[in-house]
Amino acid sequence: MKPRASDYVHLVRMAGLFAVGITAFLVLRWLMVPADFGELGHYRTGAVPDNMARPIVYAGQAVCVECHADVAELRARGKHVRVACESCHGALAAHASNPDGQKPVRPDPRRTCISCHSANISKPKSFPQVVPEEHAPEGSCAACHAVHNPKIS
Amino acid sequence: MDQDRRTFLGQTGKLLVLTASAAIAWEHVLAGRPEEAPNYRATDHWWGMAVDIEKCIGCGTCVRACKTENDVPHEAFTFRTWVERYVVDPADYEHPKVESPNGGYDGFHEREVRDPNLKMFYVPKLCNHCAHSPCVQVCPVGATFESQDGVVLVDKSYCLGCRYCVQACPYGCRFIDPRTHTVDKCSLCYHRITKGLTTACCETCPTGARVLADLKDKNDPIHAFLREHKVQVLKPQMATGSKMYYNGLDGSVR
Repeated sequence: MKPRASDYVHLVRMAGLFAVGITAFLVLRWLMVPADFGELGHYRTGAVPDNMARPIVYAGQAVCVECHADVAELRARGKHVRVACESCHGALAAHASNPDGQKPVRPDPRRTCISCHSANISKPKSFPQVVPEEHAPEGSCAACHAVHNPKIS
Repeated sequence: MDQDRRTFLGQTGKLLVLTASAAIAWEHVLAGRPEEAPNYRATDHWWGMAVDIEKCIGCGTCVRACKTENDVPHEAFTFRTWVERYVVDPADYEHPKVESPNGGYDGFHEREVRDPNLKMFYVPKLCNHCAHSPCVQVCPVGATFESQDGVVLVDKSYCLGCRYCVQACPYGCRFIDPRTHTVDKCSLCYHRITKGLTTACCETCPTGARVLADLKDKNDPIHAFLREHKVQVLKPQMATGSKMYYNGLDGSVR
């Protein structure tokens, strides 16, 4: 028997709807998903350079020593040899890129010392600690200790 | 010419590719930004960190440096790194008292002598940069990912702020940036380590309690550190593939 149009026309309509739907999906997907998405994994490849683009705020030990080799040498003779410049002096990338324009602030020679050396029962026993009020009730620690090589000989 | 076609095409290809990379690198050098030249190969690195609890004095310098370097908002619970103080009763180590006033930003100043039978120590925390991160697995849009060099990064322009990852992180390392309403977390100072610098926290740690490590670099001191110490990662039972190796990690640490 010859098939009649009414036997399959609903299938054709359905196929048409599917084709439109899939095309719409593909077009929307092409419009909305960034071109570099999925190259390396389920993410935008461009997100990696985005993360790398942030400005550097802490210059790093090597940059400081380039100009301040004298201080580094002084420090190398004492216990503070492995304490980086910016641990106490703060972030100095701005100063490193513009040494005369951006002068760093001198650290407070009592509060800075206390932030590490104030006695606390939770600190490792081997770490040198003092009770500031008993050790020196007031004044600058730098009055007795050379900050870059603090041992009093 | 005594050169076959294969060699000729190969050499021409190499010449074109190398000239193109040199041209790109030179453009950056001319612009005064040699550090942006594309000479960093992500596949040559695998970043992690060694954390030595026995050296941490809880001064909070790392917390302050991190906030400064990464412009982290100064609000409660917005920390890319923070320091916890554990107070443990050795007879009941499963219920430690953990405190972290302002994330340890101002250090720990309380000096009262407590029960001498208690055990106390500091634990610096940060993103564990897991190789199999639960946070990456739950992100519905691909806004967070493990980079080729093993750093878990956030695509801030792609994040919806749905907070799934905040809940998924077993270490509590993620927070919502109140300014952008997108997620933020430690990026292991990706902008620094890709230019040959160490992270802001490792740079400023006065006792060397935390040291950035490139596990793919054979000459990195991390290998000796891992060999010579009894190290552990946080929550090993969760199989996250954490790359933060803690020395002296007490069983009470969560």
